[in-house]
Amino acid sequence: MIAKLRAPGWYRAGLFILLGIAFSYLLVGTVRSAMHYSDPWTDGDAITIVSLLGAPLFFLVGLGCFDYWFYWVSGRPTRPEDHSAHGATGWKDYFRVNTDHKVIGIQYVCTSFFFLFVGGLLAMLMRAELAQPGMQFVNSQQFNGLFSVHAALLIFLFVIPVFAGLANYVIPLMIGAPDMAFPRLNALSFWMLPVAGTMMVGSFLAPGGSFATGWTAYAPLSTEMPIGQLFFTIGVQFAGASSIATALNFLVTIITMRAPGMSFFRMPLLVWANFSTSLLVVIATPFVAASQFFVLLDRALGFQFFDAFVGAGKDGSVLMYQHVFWFYSHPAVYIMMLPGFGIISEIISVKARKPIFGYRMMAFSLLAIVVLGFTVWAHHMFVSGMQSWIRIPMMITTAIIAVPTGIKIFSWLATLWRGVLHLDTPMLFALGFLTTFTLGGISGVMLAMIPFDIHVSDTYFIVAHIHYVLFGGSLFTIFAGVYYWFPKMTGRMYDERLGKIHFWATFVFFNLTFAPMHVIGVQGMPRRVADYAQQFAGMNLAISIASFLLGISMMVFLYNMVVSWRLGPRAASNPWRALTLEWQVSSPPPIFNFDAVPTVVGGPYEYGIPGAVHGIFQSPAEAKPTPAGNVATAPTTE
Amino acid sequence: MRRHPIIQMVAIGAIASAIGIALALWINWFPADAAKQDKPIDTLYDVLMIVSIPIFVLVMTVILYSAWAFRMRPGQEKEDGPPIHGNTRLEVFWTAIPAIILVSLCSYAYAVLNDIEKVHADELVVKVHAIQFAWSFEYPQANGRPVVSNQLYLPKDKPVRFDIDSQDVLHDFWVPAFRVKIDAVPGITTRLRATPTRIGIFPVVCAELCGLGHSVMRSTAHVLSPAAFDRWLASEKAPAVNAGGGGGRQLSQAQLIALGRTTFIGDGGCGACHTLADAGTTGTTGPDLDRVLPGMSEDEIRTDIVDPNATIAPGYQANIMPPNFSQTLSSQQLDGLVAYLATVSK
Repeated sequence: MIAKLRAPGWYRAGLFILLGIAFSYLLVGTVRSAMHYSDPWTDGDAITIVSLLGAPLFFLVGLGCFDYWFYWVSGRPTRPEDHSAHGATGWKDYFRVNTDHKVIGIQYVCTSFFFLFVGGLLAMLMRAELAQPGMQFVNSQQFNGLFSVHAALLIFLFVIPVFAGLANYVIPLMIGAPDMAFPRLNALSFWMLPVAGTMMVGSFLAPGGSFATGWTAYAPLSTEMPIGQLFFTIGVQFAGASSIATALNFLVTIITMRAPGMSFFRMPLLVWANFSTSLLVVIATPFVAASQFFVLLDRALGFQFFDAFVGAGKDGSVLMYQHVFWFYSHPAVYIMMLPGFGIISEIISVKARKPIFGYRMMAFSLLAIVVLGFTVWAHHMFVSGMQSWIRIPMMITTAIIAVPTGIKIFSWLATLWRGVLHLDTPMLFALGFLTTFTLGGISGVMLAMIPFDIHVSDTYFIVAHIHYVLFGGSLFTIFAGVYYWFPKMTGRMYDERLGKIHFWATFVFFNLTFAPMHVIGVQGMPRRVADYAQQFAGMNLAISIASFLLGISMMVFLYNMVVSWRLGPRAASNPWRALTLEWQVSSPPPIFNFDAVPTVVGGPYEYGIPGAVHGIFQSPAEAKPTPAGNVATAPTTE
Repeated sequence: MRRHPIIQMVAIGAIASAIGIALALWINWFPADAAKQDKPIDTLYDVLMIVSIPIFVLVMTVILYSAWAFRMRPGQEKEDGPPIHGNTRLEVFWTAIPAIILVSLCSYAYAVLNDIEKVHADELVVKVHAIQFAWSFEYPQANGRPVVSNQLYLPKDKPVRFDIDSQDVLHDFWVPAFRVKIDAVPGITTRLRATPTRIGIFPVVCAELCGLGHSVMRSTAHVLSPAAFDRWLASEKAPAVNAGGGGGRQLSQAQLIALGRTTFIGDGGCGACHTLADAGTTGTTGPDLDRVLPGMSEDEIRTDIVDPNATIAPGYQANIMPPNFSQTLSSQQLDGLVAYLATVSK
C-alpha cells in the first residue's frame, strides 16, 4: 500500500487531492487569521475557492505529471531514454500519465466524447423543459445552469480538445515525426482537461447550484453569483492552460520536426490548419484566462473591476469584460473550425481521388482567417452599448472574413468536380458539412449586417447560427475525422452501414432541430429563457421532438464505435489508398511511428498522377520527386 | 458533351433559386411592424435572402450533381480523378466576386443603420430603468416630478429616445415589434431610438441573461393615439388618488380585492414569478404563495412586497425580487394586492 501511495498513479493522486484540500484550508485559515478576520477557519466560500485552485495542482503532481521535472530539479538521476511511460499495452495504460502522442490522442478523443454525451444530455433536459411553455421539470436556477454547463462543456471540453486530440494522433504521423516535440508537456496538457471537466460538471453539486450565467459569464452578473460560478471561472483556467500548452507543442512540432523534404508547402492541409489554430490559441487564449481572473478577483477579493456604480464611488467598467472576453472568444470560433477545415480537406481529396484544388490558396486562406479573426470581436457587441462607431469597421471585417471561408468552400467544390467520389461515411459527413456550414456561413454574414443583428442578437436566431457552425460545422467534421482515422487509431474497421444510418439520422434531425430556431428567433423569442410566450409553443415542441431524435441518432454512433473497436474486422494499413504519411505505416502505427525516417518527395494530394508518392522510406537518393501542388499547369476543365 | 451538364445545372439552379427567393419573400418572418425602424430592416432582410439563396443553391447544386455524376461506380475502385491542381482565373473570380458582394451589402447596411438611428429634433424622452427583474419607465416632466410607470406608453408617430440604465446587472431593452434593442449597462446610459407607427399592445422583452428571473422580465408597450397618450400622461400626473388613505375616491373592500387580483396578474407582474392558484399563475422563480401565505398578517404581506429582502423564504436567494414595488405600484394597487393576498390565503 505504501509503495502504491509513493508511486505515480491514482492512489497517490487521491492522497494528493486530500493533501491539496488540507493545504488550501491551512493557507486560507492562516492568511485570514493574520488579517484578523472574525471567522478565519470556517469560511466555506474562501476555502472552496482556494481548494479549486490548489487541489487540481496537487492531483496533477500526485498522478505523476511532474515527476520527471521534479527529479531533474532535485538533481536525482533522470533517464531520458526511459520509455516506460510511453505507449499502451492494455486499457489501463490509457488511465495513467503517458507520453505517447497516440495514447494521448485517444485519451483526448475519448474524454472529449464523454463530455459530448454529458453536454448532449443536458441539452435534452433543456429541450424537455422547453417543449411546453411554463415550467415543468426544472426551476429557473436549474435551467440557467443547464444551458450554461451545456455550452461550457461542449466548447471547452469537447470541440476544442477533441480537435487537439485528433491532431495529437495524426500530426506527428503526417509530418513524419516519432512524437510531439514535448511529450511530457503533452501528457500534462491532457490531464488538465478531466480536471476542468470534473469541475464544471461538479458545479451542479455546489451550494446555490451550478454556474448559471451562460458560457459567456458576463460581469457583473457572474461576480454576484453563488459559489457555483467559480467552478466555471477556475475550470476555464485549466482548460485554457491545457489548450495553450498543446498549441505551443504543435507549433514547435510542426516547425522543427518535419521529415526531410517536408517543406511547408508539402504539408497536408490538416497540418496547416492546426498550425493556424495553434497560432490563434497561443495569441487569444490568454485573454479568456485574463477575463476569468478578473471575475475571480472581483468575486473572491472584491477588486471591483466590473463594479460600475460610479455614483457610489466605484469606477469599474462593465464593457471591458466583454471586450476582453470576445477578443478571445471570437478567435475561439475559428479555433473550433480551422482544424475541421483541415480534416475536410484531407477527406475530400482522398475520397474524390483528386488533388485538392488550389492548395496554396487553401493554406493562405487559413492564415488570412487567423489575421482577420482578431479584427472582428466586437460584432458580438453591436447592442452592448459600446461606442457606436466601432460597429462599422467590425461589420466590414466580419463580412470580409467570409471571403477566405468562401475560397475554401469553392475549392472543395472544385475538388469534387470530375473526381471519383467514394460516398462512404467520412465523405458523407464531409458533404453534409459543406451544406450545413454554408448555411451557418450565410447566417453569419446576415448577422454581420448591424441593423439585422440589432433585431436578432440574443435571440434564437443566434442559437441557430452557432449550432449551424459548431454542430453542422465542427461536429460534422469531427465525425468525419473520427470515422476517417478510426482504422488507423484502433486497427479495426467501423461498420459502414451503421455509419451511414448515423449520418442520415444526424443530418436530418440536426436540420429539423436547428433550422426552425432561425424562425422563432426572427419572430422575437429571446435565447436563454426557461419560459416563453404562447405563440412559440408549436415550434418549440417540434424542435424538442427533433432534438430527442437527434440525441437517439448519437446512440448509433456510440454503439458503432464501441462494438467496432472491440470486434470490428482488422483494418489494413491504408484502407483509403491515401498518400499522406500516416497511412504508410501499420494500423495502429508502431510505438515510435516510423521504423525508418520517411523522406518526402512530393505533394500530399497527388491523386491521379500515375506512380506519384508523397513520402518514401528509402534513402533520399532513390527518391523520384514529383512536383508539389502545381497551380494551373495541369489540364483544366476547359 | 461536358458543357451540357453545366447548362442543365445553371437552369436547375436558377429555378431552385427563384422558388427559394419567392418562398423567402412570401413567408412573414417578422413580428408585427410597429415602428418606422421596421421597414428598412425588413427590406434589408429580404435583400440578404435574395443574395444568399442563389449562393446556397449554387453550393448545393454542385454537391448534389457531383455526388450523382461523379460517384464511384462498380469497377472504379482503383481509379483516380484527373490531377487538376487549380485554376488561377477561377480562384481570382471566386475571391473577387464575394468580396464585391459583401462590400456592397455592408454599404447598404450602413445606409440602413443611419436611417434607423436618425436623430429627430422633437424627441419624446423616456428613461428606462432596468432592475432584476422588472422594467420601469420614467417620463420627465418640465415642471414637477416625473411620471413613472411599469408599463411603457408611447404616442403614435412621435420619435422616441429611450435613455436606458441598469441598477444591478446587464439587461437588454427590446421591443421586437420595433426591431431595435440595446443593453442596459450598469454605470452608463445607453440610447435607443424608435418611432412607433402602429397603435396596439406589444411585448417588451429583456434579451440579455440577467439571472433567475430573466425569462419573466417582461413588460408591455402600449402605443396610443397622441390624444390618448396625453390623457394617460395627465391622469398619471394628477395627485395620486387615495394617497395616505385620504382624498380621492374610496374603494370598497371588494373593489380593492378585485384591483389587487388584476395587479397580481397584470400590472404588478407578480404571477410571472409566483404560483397562486386563485390567480391561475404558475411561476416558480419565487416562493409558491399558496404554501407560504397562509398564516401571514396583512402587515407582513405588505413588508414582503415593498421590502422583499427583509425576510427570505428558505431555499430562495435575496435580491431576486425587485425591491422597488413601492415606487412602481400606486399606493392603491399596493393596498389592493395586500387585501387580495390576505383574502385568498385565508
